[in-house]
Amino acid sequence: MRLKTLLAGQVYEFHSIKEVLAKANEQKSGDVLAGLAAASDSERIAAKEVLSNLLLSDLRNNPAVPYEEDDVTRIIQDGVNERIYDKIKNWTVSDLREWLMDYATTEEDIRRVSQGLTAEMIAAVAKLMSNLDLVYAANKIRIHTHCNTTMGKRGTLSTRLQPNHTTDNVEGITASLFEGLSYGVGDAVIGLNPVNDTAASAAEILKRFDEVKNKWQIPTQICVLAHITTQMEALRQGAPTDMIFQSIAGSQKGNEAFGFTTETMKQAQEMLRKNGTGTGPNVMYFETGQGSELSSGANFGYDQVVMEARCYGYAKHFSPFMVNTVVGFIGPEYLYDSKQVIRAGLEDHFMGKLTGIPMGCDCCYTNHMMADQNDIENLTVLLASAGCTYVIGVPASDDIMLNYQTNSYHDASAVREILGLRPIREFEEWLEKLGIMENGKLTSLAGDASLFTQRKGGLG
Amino acid sequence: MTDQKLIELVTQAVLAQLAGQPPAAPAQQPSAEETEPLADITDKAHKMAINIEHPVNRDALEQMKTKTPARIGVGKAGPRLKTATMLTLRADHAIARDAVFRDVDEQVLSDLNLFSVQTLCTERNEHLTRPDLGRQFSPETINQLKSKCESAPTVQIYVCDGLSSQAVDANARDVLPALMDGLKGYGIQTGTPFFVKFGRVPAMDVISEALGAQVTCVLIGERPGLATADSMSAYIAYKAAVGMPEARRTVVSNIHKGGIPAVEAGAHIATVIKTMLERKASGVDLQM
Repeated sequence: MRLKTLLAGQVYEFHSIKEVLAKANEQKSGDVLAGLAAASDSERIAAKEVLSNLLLSDLRNNPAVPYEEDDVTRIIQDGVNERIYDKIKNWTVSDLREWLMDYATTEEDIRRVSQGLTAEMIAAVAKLMSNLDLVYAANKIRIHTHCNTTMGKRGTLSTRLQPNHTTDNVEGITASLFEGLSYGVGDAVIGLNPVNDTAASAAEILKRFDEVKNKWQIPTQICVLAHITTQMEALRQGAPTDMIFQSIAGSQKGNEAFGFTTETMKQAQEMLRKNGTGTGPNVMYFETGQGSELSSGANFGYDQVVMEARCYGYAKHFSPFMVNTVVGFIGPEYLYDSKQVIRAGLEDHFMGKLTGIPMGCDCCYTNHMMADQNDIENLTVLLASAGCTYVIGVPASDDIMLNYQTNSYHDASAVREILGLRPIREFEEWLEKLGIMENGKLTSLAGDASLFTQRKGGLG
Repeated sequence: MTDQKLIELVTQAVLAQLAGQPPAAPAQQPSAEETEPLADITDKAHKMAINIEHPVNRDALEQMKTKTPARIGVGKAGPRLKTATMLTLRADHAIARDAVFRDVDEQVLSDLNLFSVQTLCTERNEHLTRPDLGRQFSPETINQLKSKCESAPTVQIYVCDGLSSQAVDANARDVLPALMDGLKGYGIQTGTPFFVKFGRVPAMDVISEALGAQVTCVLIGERPGLATADSMSAYIAYKAAVGMPEARRTVVSNIHKGGIPAVEAGAHIATVIKTMLERKASGVDLQM
């Protein structure tokens, strides 16, 4: 294992794999904040060069957090298929990158090799890839999951309908829900971020979602993104939910800061199998985002790309229906500007897909970042080209509750048209039946939320 | 005008242009209307409009608009946003960004007789990307605070830009005097107020320790949303100390004209502080 290189006549020496991994990252304000970033562009490239020559076994043998101390590490390491790993353990990180790009490497090949990879290897190869590499490699991989419908098929781009409200007013939420459905949004999930983290409030909203879903026979999933324990309590009290959601981190300490353990997660899954409204087998929904471990002091001196990749390794264990990075939500101290957010969005999507999870993206930004609507529209088109499973939709981009901006209800259909993509087939058929979509395009009826108040008596 | 008539008019105008003739010119004199500015796309009336030409049920849409401040009923141009919806969104975002990226009005600080100190951040971008520096001061600044401020006050109040200078401009003139008067009314002694530039909330812990205050209260600008860029919060703690759990802070948030009005907030914060002093606790330790 060589941790030293010459670059333009100068020697660059690194002291650990941890240091090489961090310094090989494209520039991120969060790595600067953590004191881990390369001091110069030259040092960054020197680190990439050293990283490209490391063996996959070097990375397997040096997990970010020791096996004995961390159940995220244990879940990832114990999940490795040793037979597959044995075949690739002497590949360099560069070999892995070129193998992913190779014309001869098929989707099935990648799916198989993925079973022999750990998060540190996946993060490492992402650090050697350009933005187009990340798009190209990710586009080779589709991950199919099933809750009530099958998501992730080639040729589809799905959406989460996010009808958030400043006070959880159910009629206000329903208004945004109808608006979103009228734009053909919501084939991945109808999912609300609640203001009130109580079981009673979550149950009330879930009941409304369930009513609307059944009344209009919408082939989709429903979820209220309260804390995992709140959702479990709502389920215990009889609330209808297809999935349970939780934000996850790349270390046990980070997950504890989010207020749950692996045991909690297993219980939630078990409860859904017994009492959930979703068919399954995939019934969990996770969100992630670069920088969350640093913000809770749970990054163990590792950079935010490595810690993010570990989230996906952990997520995979629970066979989620959907996972997305909330890429621009965390703020400029972790991702400073649109360049960093776009890079992170492409990295996260690629790493998720290579891990083998149904990766989507909340293409978003806050008002104190150096980014605007144009930038996240760029990211959305790039990710859709990369085969991203789903994006988010809110009314005219403005999330009035989370105080950030993401994709508008309007965005997915434009992107689908440009790239020849469609919603999930059953959902598209449902839209056609209602006259909202025709031949993959929105009709003149689309965009009118009052469609849902007339026929069959309606709600709201 | 019916659609048929509109089509006829458009057809005539297009044919006229193709034939090289100008379309019928508007009146020569600018009308009174033309000298007026265009309507403000950021105001509420504009946002309440329903921009769908033939909704199935207009009454229902109007009802829905009253149930949520979300941007619904906005219609579409092909699959995209209408121009007015798009520009309103961009305008609201521009206002929010301006609130983050500009400095507090010096006049506000001098009206309130506040002197200024700065954290270790040297400029705005550093303030946004280095929250660790936004909670620290140089030894010189600490000495300056010690020399200019009353030592060991019962309550130390200060104002801070945080993530919205505009929140300070919009609220400080009302909230600070109301708070000081409120405390005076309860017979509670207050120290010398000042202003901190490029500050984050935990800077209050350093200030509390430097001045030996029993209760420290910062009035700070919150990260702007699109609905308002004016929102201020008060973070208050009993015997705040560096490294204490976040849960020891009491927060009074949403101080702006659409939330808790500034004067009312000042009076409310004074009551909170009074309780804190009586119970010698703050945050989750203080069951209000």
